[in-house]
Amino acid sequence: MKTLLPMLRPALSLFVLLALVTGIVYPLAVTAIAKLAFADTAAGSLIVKDGKAVGSRLIGQNFADPKYFWGRPSATSPQPYNASASGGSNQGPLNPALLDAVKARIEALKTADPENTRPIPSDLVTASASGLDPHISPDAAHYQIERIARARQIAPSKVKAMVERNTEERQWGIFGEARVNVLELNLALDSVSR
Amino acid sequence: MSSHAWTLLGLYLAVLLLTVKPLGLYIATLMEGRFAFGGAIERPLYRLCGVRHDEEMGWLKYAFAILLFNVLGVVAVYALQRLQLWLPLNPQAFPNVSPNSAFNTAISFVSNTNWQGYGGESTMSYLTQMLALSVQNFFSAATGIAVVIALIRGFARHTAKTVGNAWVDLTRVTLYLLLPLSLIFAVFLTSQGVIQNFDAYKDVTTLEVTHYDAPKLDTAGQPIKDDQGVAVTEPAQTPTQTLAMGPVASQEAIKMLGTNGGGFMNANSAHPFENPTPLTNFIEMLAIFLIPAALCFTFGRMVGDTRQGWAVLAAMTLMFVVLAAAAMHFEAQGNPLLTSLGVDQLAGNMEGKETRFGTADSGLFAVITTLASCGAVNAMHDSFTPLGGLIPLIDMQLGEVVFGGVGSGLYGMLIFAIMAVFISGLMIGRTPEYLGKKIETYEMKMSSIAILVTPLLVLIGTAIAVLAADGRAGIANPGAHGFSEILYAFTSAANNNGSAFAGLSANTPFYNVMLAIAMWFGRFGVIVPVLAIAGSLAAKKRLTVTEGTLPTHGPLFVTLLIGVVLLVGLLNYVPSLALGPVIEQLLLSAAH
Repeated sequence: MKTLLPMLRPALSLFVLLALVTGIVYPLAVTAIAKLAFADTAAGSLIVKDGKAVGSRLIGQNFADPKYFWGRPSATSPQPYNASASGGSNQGPLNPALLDAVKARIEALKTADPENTRPIPSDLVTASASGLDPHISPDAAHYQIERIARARQIAPSKVKAMVERNTEERQWGIFGEARVNVLELNLALDSVSR
Repeated sequence: MSSHAWTLLGLYLAVLLLTVKPLGLYIATLMEGRFAFGGAIERPLYRLCGVRHDEEMGWLKYAFAILLFNVLGVVAVYALQRLQLWLPLNPQAFPNVSPNSAFNTAISFVSNTNWQGYGGESTMSYLTQMLALSVQNFFSAATGIAVVIALIRGFARHTAKTVGNAWVDLTRVTLYLLLPLSLIFAVFLTSQGVIQNFDAYKDVTTLEVTHYDAPKLDTAGQPIKDDQGVAVTEPAQTPTQTLAMGPVASQEAIKMLGTNGGGFMNANSAHPFENPTPLTNFIEMLAIFLIPAALCFTFGRMVGDTRQGWAVLAAMTLMFVVLAAAAMHFEAQGNPLLTSLGVDQLAGNMEGKETRFGTADSGLFAVITTLASCGAVNAMHDSFTPLGGLIPLIDMQLGEVVFGGVGSGLYGMLIFAIMAVFISGLMIGRTPEYLGKKIETYEMKMSSIAILVTPLLVLIGTAIAVLAADGRAGIANPGAHGFSEILYAFTSAANNNGSAFAGLSANTPFYNVMLAIAMWFGRFGVIVPVLAIAGSLAAKKRLTVTEGTLPTHGPLFVTLLIGVVLLVGLLNYVPSLALGPVIEQLLLSAAH
């Protein structure tokens, strides 16, 4: 006790003061700077159409209609692409549930586009880590072009051109992978054909 | 491994190593009290807090101060979670966290583990995230750095009774190192898309209505189950998507810089609002190793021979390169079972990975986060290939000494260095010495405790969990992988990592208590013996270097150090690894 008592005051007062600095002042300072300099991204990179928020550029949405590009399968619960409860499937590589899920996804892709015989890119049948992945690989986009062209009755070349316009290469040529933002691509599709 | 993956790894190392000297020098200047700007802020602060800044502490008093400060942290984090419903900044009106989950989270964030049994965006109010969790991200990082500085002083000083002043060390690290770096990182992250606001969650109208199966609830709001215990569902649909919001960037920055790893969101750094682009991913990976790498230079500088620091850094870098290359390679292979279903695996094993990162950036991130005691994830380790998932396990089981956590990585590595000179001393028949200090019985006893406490916690904890029904109940994946989930949980907790094979349902009283025990003793069961060594070394005379002294800065010592880390760190775990990932790999090979 002889060492404890004189230590209590510095411990408590330092704890409280440093907690206020790092837990209140610091996040408020970041928020203030973000609001001034990066208001759009700090608020969630929202896409506004006709004065209404239709999504975020960074957060994927669920698509099942053949006229839209489909994104990554999402393992969020209870609905896919639940942006207030992110997460992956956490299924191991040998888990029979994973294999069943992949089979069902392949089946859905084949049903929507029976003539397509190309190999299916793996990102189109595997669940993303966040369940909110906004992107698919360029391969996964190209795999779907014919189906969308048919459903919207427009030329496949036109759809292909839109995919290419919406393809981002590796950042600075080295970071990450090439990708296509599914929501932005589908919005672009909607703007030319309904 | 592809040339792209090698380029990525090479660029990462190049940028990291460029930062080592300037930042390491800054930390040394700061901790030796030669940072001129500091006094103006510190003096009034110390007066207010009753800190006598010129007072030096012996190791026992230093350890006591550190423990007291951390116990206060446990109380504060627990209380804020239990009261959050009645406190401000809770726009989603999240209820108070349950006692056993709040206890687990309190220990988790205080011990720099950031194991998360809860999902952030569906559990914690903004105030809890900021004032409980984020604050501990600063404090637990400051604790680790303070302890390693005390150990370095033990080597640097001679015939001294003290190792520094804990209050001054904690204050300086927090205010002049962690805070400014976090501010810079956080602002950069918001510029790239990481959110930072206090808005309520935002509803947006999606392009397409989502149809899904919703669990059927009874009148009390509990899910209804059928005779087999499977939840009953009914078709449902929603035209909107609810976007989780919050002050994410400020927490993301210190989560990486302090090797904490506790995500604001459940998906952690895989969530686009935490890690929106491949560039932010690279910067977040850099932030994890930034301080652990720089501390090696600080160490060399403070003991008066920078070569000693570079030698330790070289040993870390060599092990890192091998492990990173292995993980990136295994993940790029893909899952052969999917190939047989007609899936093109050119992109590699994409289950549980984000498209923008792919297998190279995910494999590299996984190795960095598990070598450091960070535990943030940008991909779900549970869905890695068997050998790809083995690497993160090994990373942690080495004792988190390859770069490791801020402070804790270097003090862990220095314990292994003591072990290395001891073993080589035995081989050549001389009294072992390190940096001019004789290594004797007391140091070896303390080193043994520090090295053995984590394997004991991991292996005994895993054994209890697989024997107990409550432990087995949490398993998500059948077979050997289920064992790996439990082994990973205890490995992660006792080594204060915090990543998970997250399929394991760990938010149960059993796991919340068991893992909290592993986290607490895995942290302070090492810190106390390390400080004891610091005190004992500080009191010793400095020996002069003679012809018989083993040089501890050359390739011979680097090799010896790597050998000791691999042998002592890893051998404990080989049988348990054989039961998990190794069997799984054999089964996978047999199945296709």
